Amino acid sequence: MAGADIIIERLRHTRVWRSIFRRGPALTNRTRSLAVFGNLFLHFLPVKVREKSLRARATYYLGSFSFLLFLMLVITGVLLMFYYHPAIPQAYRDMKDLRFVVSNGVFLRNLHRLGAHLMVIAVFAHMFHVFYRGGYKPPHEFNWVVGVILLLVTLFLSYTGYLLPWDQLAFWAITVGTNIISAMPVIGNRVKFLVLGGHVVGENALLRFYVLHCVVLPLVAVLLVGIHFWRVQKDGGLTVKGEDDRKE
Amino acid sequence: MSETEKPDPGAASPEPNEKGRLARRDFLSEVTFGALAVAGLGSGVVTYQYFSPNVLFEPATRFRAGNPDLYPLDSVTFLQVQQVYIVRTKDGFFAVSAVCTHLGCITQWKPEDDQIACPCHGSKFKRDGKKIEGPAPAPLPHFAISLSADGELVVDKLEIVKADQALRV
Repeated sequence: MAGADIIIERLRHTRVWRSIFRRGPALTNRTRSLAVFGNLFLHFLPVKVREKSLRARATYYLGSFSFLLFLMLVITGVLLMFYYHPAIPQAYRDMKDLRFVVSNGVFLRNLHRLGAHLMVIAVFAHMFHVFYRGGYKPPHEFNWVVGVILLLVTLFLSYTGYLLPWDQLAFWAITVGTNIISAMPVIGNRVKFLVLGGHVVGENALLRFYVLHCVVLPLVAVLLVGIHFWRVQKDGGLTVKGEDDRKE
Repeated sequence: MSETEKPDPGAASPEPNEKGRLARRDFLSEVTFGALAVAGLGSGVVTYQYFSPNVLFEPATRFRAGNPDLYPLDSVTFLQVQQVYIVRTKDGFFAVSAVCTHLGCITQWKPEDDQIACPCHGSKFKRDGKKIEGPAPAPLPHFAISLSADGELVVDKLEIVKADQALRV
């Protein structure tokens, strides 16, 4: 261990290290704060958190769990993309290949599929928890709305991903779902036509859903998650009001 | 930091100045935002056009259904590609849509029950498309059916006709 410490200590004084990490070791509260402020990935998180808000009962870590699942879905999704063509009938064959031919493909596919189901449950659980804690009340209204949009993005991600295996379940689920869109007054049929890129669930629809699922919706989700985390800090940190009231 | 609002000397005022003319800064900002609004609207329109395909590789909406003799009297024949029933009764030929009016599933002809049934949510129709039970909100539509010059049935799925218009051959 001592050897590793010495190596790290030496690395700290190299020009490369100092060009990446401008601050010295985070030994005081000030340098710890500066380390968080100066890091792109940490700067939108709070510098200090109350110990109470880190307890399991404060949040049950439902938001963090949803985010963790999102990261896992991005990683497994990108891996699945290496074997998947959004074309008819290749999409169905690729899905079958992933299950029966590609090494560990069935593991990745199921991780992605079950992770997606679990993420919908986790996001709903997070939302219910925040709701019953009164987390939507001022000054958290804006972040509540961002959260509602994130729930919708989660559902759209699930829905667009549902078509990609191109099996009977996928085809009829999207047929029924897009017919629900056409029930919208006045613009329903136009919106359905734009979503499907035609009158039936076919080649265009598969490609559109693929692009939405793999590019557009994940980018929207990343942007909104960034705002969501940043606003938690700006609105005064995690709400543990209920617990505070009881104890004080 | 006090929350009281101070007049911002740099803020553009929408009112004309004493001479009754727009200040240069207001004029420029109105022109800029106007141009941006026009450009934004234009982008919206062309993007909408871009997303509406002009050519579709879908089954033809007008198709030939073969010689009338292919269909015996009192029969219901399902054409899978076109998703249409060719129904022949003593009154003549009907072309009835096979797409359920509820949520777009493909219905099935059940000869044993003498009815058309939807596997998705259980809607039932008579062979002429009339609704027996829901959740379908409407009967199955009839498509225009005619005879071509060489005596074959021609169905046009874009033309919906009344249920009593049968083709007599």
